[in-house]
Amino acid sequence: MAEHKELTLDPVDEIIEKNGYDDHFHEHHEADKYQSSFVSKYIFSLDHKTIAKQFLITGMVWALIGAGMSVIFRLQLGFPDSNFLWLKPLLGNWIVVNEAGIGSLSNEFYYALVTMHGTILVFFVLTAGLSGTFSNLLIPLQVGARDMASPLLNMMSYWFFFLSGTIMMFSLFLNTGPFSGGWTAYPPLSALPQASSGSKGGMTLWLASLVFFVISVLLGGINYITTVLNLRTKGMKMWNLPLTVWAFMITAIIGLLSFPVLLSGFLLLIFDRSMGTSFYLSDIFVAGTALENVGGSPILYQHLFWFLGHPEVYIIIVPAMGIVSEIMSVHARKPIFGYKAMVFSMMAIAFLSFLVWAHHMFISGMNPFISNFFVLFTLIIAVPSAVKVFNWLATLYGGNLKFTAPMLYCIGFVSFFISGGLTGIFLGNSAIDIPVHDTYFVVAHFHIVMGVAAFFGMFAGIAHWFPKMYGRFLNETILKIHFWITLIGAYAIFWPQHYMGIGGVPRRYYRFDSFDTFAGWSDLNKFITIAAIFVFFAQVMYVINFFVSIWRGKKVTERNPWRANTLEWTTDIVPVHGNWAGNIPTVERWPYDYGKDGKEFIPQYIPLEPGEKDSH
Amino acid sequence: MITLLIIGCILLAGTIIFQVARINEMIKSARGEEISSEKSNNASAVGIVVFGIAFLVLTIWSSWYYKNQMMGYGPHISASEQGVSIDKLFNVTLIMTGIVFVITHILLFYFSWRYRYKKGRKVLFMPHDNKLEVIWTIAPSIVMAYLVINGLVVWNKVMDTVKPGDNHIEIEATGMQFAWILRYPGLDNKLGTRNFKLIDGTNDLGQDWKDPKNWDDFKPDELVLPKGRKVKVRINSRDVLHSFFLPHFRVKMDAVPGIPTSFVFTPSLTTEEYKQNLRKYPEWNVPADPADPTGKKKWETFTYELACAELCGSSHFAMRRPVRVVSDAEYKVWVKSQKSYYMENVRGKDFDPNKGKTISIDPAPSTTPAPEVKSDSTGGTKTEIKKDGADTSLKKIK
Repeated sequence: MAEHKELTLDPVDEIIEKNGYDDHFHEHHEADKYQSSFVSKYIFSLDHKTIAKQFLITGMVWALIGAGMSVIFRLQLGFPDSNFLWLKPLLGNWIVVNEAGIGSLSNEFYYALVTMHGTILVFFVLTAGLSGTFSNLLIPLQVGARDMASPLLNMMSYWFFFLSGTIMMFSLFLNTGPFSGGWTAYPPLSALPQASSGSKGGMTLWLASLVFFVISVLLGGINYITTVLNLRTKGMKMWNLPLTVWAFMITAIIGLLSFPVLLSGFLLLIFDRSMGTSFYLSDIFVAGTALENVGGSPILYQHLFWFLGHPEVYIIIVPAMGIVSEIMSVHARKPIFGYKAMVFSMMAIAFLSFLVWAHHMFISGMNPFISNFFVLFTLIIAVPSAVKVFNWLATLYGGNLKFTAPMLYCIGFVSFFISGGLTGIFLGNSAIDIPVHDTYFVVAHFHIVMGVAAFFGMFAGIAHWFPKMYGRFLNETILKIHFWITLIGAYAIFWPQHYMGIGGVPRRYYRFDSFDTFAGWSDLNKFITIAAIFVFFAQVMYVINFFVSIWRGKKVTERNPWRANTLEWTTDIVPVHGNWAGNIPTVERWPYDYGKDGKEFIPQYIPLEPGEKDSH
Repeated sequence: MITLLIIGCILLAGTIIFQVARINEMIKSARGEEISSEKSNNASAVGIVVFGIAFLVLTIWSSWYYKNQMMGYGPHISASEQGVSIDKLFNVTLIMTGIVFVITHILLFYFSWRYRYKKGRKVLFMPHDNKLEVIWTIAPSIVMAYLVINGLVVWNKVMDTVKPGDNHIEIEATGMQFAWILRYPGLDNKLGTRNFKLIDGTNDLGQDWKDPKNWDDFKPDELVLPKGRKVKVRINSRDVLHSFFLPHFRVKMDAVPGIPTSFVFTPSLTTEEYKQNLRKYPEWNVPADPADPTGKKKWETFTYELACAELCGSSHFAMRRPVRVVSDAEYKVWVKSQKSYYMENVRGKDFDPNKGKTISIDPAPSTTPAPEVKSDSTGGTKTEIKKDGADTSLKKIK
């Protein structure tokens, strides 16, 4: 305890005042003035910490909506013959009542729910809610900056996201329903209003929403990159950055390079829908008429979509990897193993993520010869991913593991990442992809690896940095209950889906009993649905815990409650505007000096002892 | 009332959890414990180990339990020749990933237990170890190289197309919302030309009736295939994307409007042989209809099925066609028994462009074969006449 006190009490400020540098930030009072009113402090805030909270809370609202949708469609899959009349007050005419008075979910609405669930979770929760939250919160705090490079762009990034969400929300209430052609929105189904009622107004709003979403991501991304490259404090070499910041920067670069391609794909789709062009349409006879469109290719859209779509899964998982690396090291009281290998493997993953997109399209009608290259690059990606897993395991080896809630989530993350990553090796091999493509095997794979694993990274991050955000702790007991229910429940939901997928059961089926081949899994489907309901309530509990703890959580009494090395723990318990009340600390060492030379931890601002060597 | 009760129970349970959790935290802070005391830490470590053992046991046990329901295992051996190599590749990958899965998980759970927090434990300061890192970069690279090479050999073999002299049959499957339209070339072994602009209520594929190759084409309601002969399926769509999926044959290929695709495979088990195979398993020896215990056994009612595997709209889940594999001799008999669509439904009607003219259908393979026709377009169909796929499936559900 003694050494601990010596580092966290006033001496911290003393060292920072002595060694840190003065950028005269607090002499410019206008810098603080824009936080004066309620609106400018909490709504149109320019402060990265507030914007991070906005991203997080918006993301949590969307997560509950998206998860709630999945419970409803899971009810349909698990109990296809039950009476869902009780959902009528919520869903209105989407519950179809037959002559016998039995209410069931309409198939059109089932597909709308599946589509919205995917869109919301992938874009709104795991992209904006994860990287938006933690990039905003941590980049300035961990690189030693007063705020983002452009607070204005940062604010706009959030409000474009909000606008995007509002439009998507509006589409849920359309008479013809929200878009229902799957989150990938493949034309011609998405391009032809005649082909599906969800492709009418719902699709128009879906496209509008995602166009604004892309703008939001680009504004955020360019800001993150600029901040990391230009606003690092004195002494913060790139090789002194915490892995979180590396992860956020690499994520932002991937996003910046891939989202514009998605936008171009969307624009062509908008043209096809409303201006009579034929980018994606050819030889179509629908709703009793042969269309004029000739010469387009639906496969072109798939190329454009997956050129984002695959990097997108790394946009989701890389921030989680960074968060887990950082938190695991702190709570294992041991340096992350292979810091540089971690950075290089993230870079390798980012680079390769642009060369693998067509592994989603092996059987799309694309020339089979091209698949050879995509198989090769896809399976190469397994190598840096494996390196990361081994490094995490080596980080645990020989540590002194404190199973706080953040640490437990990290263990869960590694488990899910292994389980989901390994099934990717099946899917990335085009020959195996033939039978399992578009089956529940795929559903299980990506839910585990980029859904649940990324969520565990996010849970870990929230639990670890909640004290920084609100000056209070989340209720640890509830977090642990939540951890166990979610860990066991998520495996209970998704693990059996592998079996169904190998059994050939296609995804996106409203019922399975129209085929004898797919009908034999009804008990398992019931089991999955029940597990999903449990997990859903655990998430509701988590969110309630979050909000209750903002006001009633245990107060943080020390500046550095986890005894971590990174710079965010040198600010006041709740950082002021501009993050440091005085000088900005200078950085003297890398962030993972845990257990070095018998010292439990040595924060980044502590100068090297005479004769002490850099640890990496 | 029950709904209210359930909601009440959930609320009550939630409140209890929150109160217990609050009290628990209060007790901890009253005792002056840190966030993670050694006691709660040990409890978590025990939890992780128990979970780890249960997890590994359950995953392995459950995969064994469900084995016979999965393609490639138990009775579900591949019904096509190329599927065998795919199943083999699957198993090779399963063994390799399975080993990694078990070892990494054991390490994860064991390390969590072994290195759980102990006051005063000296941690190992090990920022990196180049030798280890080189080993675990190279090892997965070798495994991946092995899987890539194996995979690509299988892939290129499976994707190989037909060669002259293969004695293959060439048929056509066209997806529409929400049914598959199947077309066989008839006795001339040539599929006639199509144009989607010709689609109407009497011509759901847009066949050009002026093309003599169309005159003997027939459109059955089930997919019938000869055992042991290569089958080339031309896959088309009239409207949106579909995917031609034969789970028992490990066949899947998207149907894309405007871009003809194809898949070549060789059925290797007749429906009858597959049934005999199923018969060996007790779960297939139960009555197919539980209400009728003396009726047919489950294995007797088995049929191969054709499904759609690409979301195509609200009845995507019901695009079923039965599939039957027969011996080559039976297949030839079946082909002869099929009636030409043109002769049955178009010939002599007002919309027959050949009305009044005499035409000859050469029943033997023509001596001067017409040039191989590229499927120049996928057609569309008027929905009224051929929506039976979705309809029958929907009926089945009801």
